[in-house]
Amino acid sequence: MHVPDGFINAPVSVAAGVTAAGAVAVSLRGARRELGGSAVALVGAERTAPLAGLVAAFIFAVQMLNFPVAAGTSGHLLGGALAAILVGPYTGVLCIAVVLLMQGILFADGGLTALGVNITVMGVVTVVVAYALFRGLVKVLPRTRRSITVASFVAALASVPAAAGAFTLIYAIGGTTNVPVGKVLTAMVGVHVLIGIGEAVITMLTVGAVVAVRPDLVYGARGLTTPLKLRVGGELVDAEPAATAPVAARSPKKLWATGLVTALALAGVASFYASASPDGLEKVAADQGIDRHVAEHAAAGSPLADYGVKDVSDARISGGLAGVIGVGATVVAGSGVFYAVRRRRTDEPASAPVRETV
Amino acid sequence: MASGHTHKLYRHGHSPVHALPAHCKLVAVFCFVLVVVSTPREAAWAFGLYAALLAAVAAVARIPAGFLLRRLLIEIPFVAFALLMPFVVPGEQVSVLGISMSVPGLWGAWNILAKGTLGVAASVILASTTELRSLLLGLQRLKLPPMLVQIASFMIRYGDVITDEMRRMSIARRSRGFEARGVRHWGVLAKSAGALFIRSYERGERVHLAMVSRGYEGTMPVIDQVTASRAQWSYAVALPLTALAVCLLGWTL
Amino acid sequence: MTASLEMTASLEVRGLAYAYPDGHQALFGVDLTVGRGERVALLGPNGAGKTTLVLHLNGILAGGVGSVSVAGLPVAKANLAEIRRRVGIVFQDPDDQLFMPTVREDVAFGPASSGLRGAELEARVVSALTQVGMAEYADRPPHHLSFGQRRRVAVATVLAMEPEILVLDEPSSNLDPASRRELADILRSLDVTVLMVTHDLPYALELCPRAVVLSEGVIAADGLTRELLADDDLMRAHRLELPFGFNPRAVA
Repeated sequence: MHVPDGFINAPVSVAAGVTAAGAVAVSLRGARRELGGSAVALVGAERTAPLAGLVAAFIFAVQMLNFPVAAGTSGHLLGGALAAILVGPYTGVLCIAVVLLMQGILFADGGLTALGVNITVMGVVTVVVAYALFRGLVKVLPRTRRSITVASFVAALASVPAAAGAFTLIYAIGGTTNVPVGKVLTAMVGVHVLIGIGEAVITMLTVGAVVAVRPDLVYGARGLTTPLKLRVGGELVDAEPAATAPVAARSPKKLWATGLVTALALAGVASFYASASPDGLEKVAADQGIDRHVAEHAAAGSPLADYGVKDVSDARISGGLAGVIGVGATVVAGSGVFYAVRRRRTDEPASAPVRETV
Repeated sequence: MASGHTHKLYRHGHSPVHALPAHCKLVAVFCFVLVVVSTPREAAWAFGLYAALLAAVAAVARIPAGFLLRRLLIEIPFVAFALLMPFVVPGEQVSVLGISMSVPGLWGAWNILAKGTLGVAASVILASTTELRSLLLGLQRLKLPPMLVQIASFMIRYGDVITDEMRRMSIARRSRGFEARGVRHWGVLAKSAGALFIRSYERGERVHLAMVSRGYEGTMPVIDQVTASRAQWSYAVALPLTALAVCLLGWTL
Repeated sequence: MTASLEMTASLEVRGLAYAYPDGHQALFGVDLTVGRGERVALLGPNGAGKTTLVLHLNGILAGGVGSVSVAGLPVAKANLAEIRRRVGIVFQDPDDQLFMPTVREDVAFGPASSGLRGAELEARVVSALTQVGMAEYADRPPHHLSFGQRRRVAVATVLAMEPEILVLDEPSSNLDPASRRELADILRSLDVTVLMVTHDLPYALELCPRAVVLSEGVIAADGLTRELLADDDLMRAHRLELPFGFNPRAVA
């Protein structure tokens, strides 16, 4: 579901680009820590580039692996959840972003101006949702391998409709055609729940296969390994804890950080929208008429429609701070922003033609 | 993704378009697409001019039309989406061949098709006239974070290696009489994917050792410094500037 | 034999022991001296600790007991950059070693990392590629080369750093007989200390006058290659086997 050019209007594409750039910048710093854990003593040097590069190549390859469904149809993996669970959320975002960048430039798969939208939706949202759910479940469930596979399933299952929801949100703010958002949401989430089931089964099986052979390579399962010992000249010496302990200590902070980043990013999109005047660019054809907008406005008469943009973004930040980045929250808050924004938009064109007729 | 191998994308040539530095071309294509996206959809003639501009560039670059058109197939999924629009968007209805469609939906479909196609065509011209390596150097010139460029370079370098490993695993599976036919076989395929991940990750570790052994400390040494002359910039910028003029006309007319 | 060489030894390993963090101990006190200009084969069965030893030579592994020094310079954190310039390791899989998009950039990577630029760098690249006969492939991407060509470029990437000692991990593996011989010619033509890890005993005999056997984490034998290969008891004890029909006495 690579978004092409012209699907989302220019200001929102740019805003999504800024969001994606911010997320990638944060991930560049985070990935260094995720991939730094090394058994090799004196190396110390940067491992991010070769490891993230190889994982990106893996994601690229595995997206080409066809999983036959039935009667000639087949599906393939999107890979956001898989990357997040296997190599950690920051590296996951980086890898998906690089894959999307290369697909956009080399294969023209996904528009160049839509790159920000694509990275935000398919990279950031899937990875953050999947990883937050995964860590949450792993913490709650007993510390066994089965829990890891169950958590992978749920995380991957939720990540796909979450991405669809995020796309709908972006479309609602900056879509070039006013498809009723309810319909888009139903269609997108409906279809993507189905896709999500496939994604979930494949992700779960793949994570299961890696956990069975090299559990140490599964970032999300690092808590399961036991501390190591070193034997030097017959004496047993404690090995330095290779990134097992710090992960556990760090993860709540990481959850908070990702929540905050997401909230800020989304709030940024909203406020950007509020300050820009997209109507100038959008220039809805005159024949599209006031009636339609009025009708939609009436349809939008839910309590949410009364929210101002500012209030909503505050609500988002606090929601993000609470660490609740579930699908529901994203969608609910998202449609809140949508309604508020839609209201502003309908107000302005409504007043403009009036002046003309006067 | 459907387009298969990376090195099939590039068409070797010595045209003026091939000769331009990659970062100039990247800037030109990006600005061009941005201009196209910002053009009002009612100015249908403007999109015609854009298409003519791209056709001119393709002609200068000696890219055959058939090649370009085949590569445009990548956008088919969204064409399907666009074709649905006239039926799902509410608004004034119009009857075409006895089928009722909405006017704003038709505008929406046209908008996506025109802008999406122009965007894909511009990217295809970029990819077919620029070598992978120069594209990466171009991105680096454009101040993309060096780490990101490094990751992309490794992805490109090892994309084929890993795809080959995947193919060998598939051949090994089939040689033992296994043919994936349905959901029941996902377990086997996922095991291959898991093994592929382990191999990729371990190769990443070995590559890292090889790099460290040759003095790598986190930054790639700058070996090739590509610079663009003023003339090259003006050639490259000609495309988006002409497009911008068309776009402004589209807004004022 | 090595006493007189100690002042100028290219490589000196003393009492090296190492266990991996997973508890598996690979080295149990290795002593090895390689004089300047020598070509030495490092033989041993699978799991003897050969790769572990090699990774100690340029400080990728460390933290056990014992010491390693290269041309008198101890392998320690402070000297790592210089050590890695002096010790050139050619890894077994050339795809791991050739990570840059073109042959030229890959060969330039090492010297450029140590600060070389411009014409000097270019000269270094050309000379290294010429030594392995790959100069005309400079602008090709590595994955378009044959396996034997990739192995030769991998040697060039290391030669470009003008190392004190060249360490090769299984140089003849996966090569067809012609590529194998070409590589042997190249290695013989180089004026550099060579430590060659190999299971290919005829190759060791062909290239290296001296051989050491690493077994169970210690040096079990050290001597002339033809004598070691002719010592049936020693060979059997360390799981070393000559290919069918190969007689080291006849060759030497």
